[in-house]
Amino acid sequence: MRKYYGIILVAIVVFGVGLAAWTLNAPQEKVSLTVSTTTSLDETGLLDVIETEFEELYPNIDVAFISQGTGLAIQTAKDGNADMILVHDATREAAFLEEGYGVNRKILAYNFFVIVGPEDDPANIKGLSPTDALLTIKEAGETGNAIWVSRGDSSGTHAMEKRLWTAGGEDTTELRETDWYLERGSGMTATLAMANEKLAYTLCDMGSYLNNYVSGNIELLIMVEAGQETLNVYSAIACDPQNESLSHVHFDEAMKFIDFLVSDDVQNILADFGVDEFGQALFNPAVEVLAENTDPTIASWIKDAAFIDGTECPEDKRYEAGDLTFLTALSSLNAMIVQLLK
Amino acid sequence: MTAIVEGIIKAFQLIFSIDPELYRITGLSLYVSGLAVVMASLWSIPMATVLGLKNFRGKRFIRGSFNAFIGFPTVVLGLVLYLLFSRSGPLGLFGLLYTPLLISIGQAILITPILVSFIISAIEAIDMDIRDLARTLGSTEIQASLSILREASGGVILAILAGFNRAFAELGVAMMVGGNIYNQTRMLTTTIALETSRGKIPLSIALGVILVSIVYILNISISYLRKR
Repeated sequence: MRKYYGIILVAIVVFGVGLAAWTLNAPQEKVSLTVSTTTSLDETGLLDVIETEFEELYPNIDVAFISQGTGLAIQTAKDGNADMILVHDATREAAFLEEGYGVNRKILAYNFFVIVGPEDDPANIKGLSPTDALLTIKEAGETGNAIWVSRGDSSGTHAMEKRLWTAGGEDTTELRETDWYLERGSGMTATLAMANEKLAYTLCDMGSYLNNYVSGNIELLIMVEAGQETLNVYSAIACDPQNESLSHVHFDEAMKFIDFLVSDDVQNILADFGVDEFGQALFNPAVEVLAENTDPTIASWIKDAAFIDGTECPEDKRYEAGDLTFLTALSSLNAMIVQLLK
Repeated sequence: MTAIVEGIIKAFQLIFSIDPELYRITGLSLYVSGLAVVMASLWSIPMATVLGLKNFRGKRFIRGSFNAFIGFPTVVLGLVLYLLFSRSGPLGLFGLLYTPLLISIGQAILITPILVSFIISAIEAIDMDIRDLARTLGSTEIQASLSILREASGGVILAILAGFNRAFAELGVAMMVGGNIYNQTRMLTTTIALETSRGKIPLSIALGVILVSIVYILNISISYLRKR
């Protein structure tokens, strides 16, 4: 028996140290706000900056991010494991609202997807439109001269990629049976790493690209630049407390956070985030662009890509929104007229 | 809860629907882990036999190290292999990254401590007398070792089985060096991780049920065969 004392002692010490470290660092008497979000926002470090600012403003709220692809981020919220979502796939956001899981959708930010590839550009796609570029990669791929790496994980980026292939008349379930189309099934950084290894092309949001390029993870270069077809719009949606299976969500805290995200403070953080490190912002603030039509081209692109039935948030999906206002195509038309009159 | 029930129903549907993708990923998992066990056995059995039968300085340390590495984190091993075999890494010229072979190699390394430790214990559990007898009867050292291994076969089989279980169920190596490419390196565990991240929970559970069933049936049938 004696010889086991040592083992038991070590076990107790390990367990005790762990428990102590955990309880000392665990938040006390705080309401925790769980935000289910996409990897592209989280991997850049932006959310950490926003969290710090928010918790300074509301010391009794503890924000926790669960970072997943948009598909799982939405599923997590549906399962009642999050209080709100921050995602980038208008089609699935509309479904989330329609199925009665979310209210008060607000468009926050935008950036662009780009097609990146190896420096020598074996498929010769530089300067083409996104759809033409994909079709050219397909041609080159079939003769063994190019490889395409797909996210393949039902994320917002994957959804955009599928839309582009579909626009070119291709079916991704057929493409993935070929040798040149690799369905990665993983996050953006892992997908970029594979494209970099295989000297392949892939679709990537600007934020993740710059983040990985500047840190030296990848040597891929941008082949197809930003454009209307590749606009990427991020929105926040609060989980609907009227839904019986979601009655436990922290709705008030979620609304405070959404109010905070659309505030000038955070919109300015967005405009600055990454400028020092990457020479340009990773995400562009969208609130002012939409409300005051400061950039009519971008505003109309966002409306085309991310408005649901002509509005940020359908009227029957607004609930105790407080000061939060939702834009409709009409209200932004008014803004446009005001701008013109100026 | 409903997701679990749905998942179990879906598992049976999948198994009986003869879905080619399911058979492909299950087959790849079995192949990769099987190859890993063969490779690991090739170097682990001789190594364990020497360690079990010979006494030398530093033996305790080596044995202790193998024991300690039984719980080696799969992601760490995956990361190290990734860096070694990536295009810019020292072994990049082999072009093995994102191939099933590299997953097998990784899993073989992963399970080597299990095989070595278990087999040493099995050899040491054999009576001293029998060991000495084998030594005196065997004309060469190798023959003697073989007859001792035969004596310890129960423990050796157990070790191999434990190694297979660990390899078959691990995710870190398969994900990091395999890359989870559809049709090429997508296996049971990586598919479960992927389908979960896609939000398709019932499918993940179904695949989990299949994974656990294979491990269970394999282990039960081997222990049954050994008893006979």
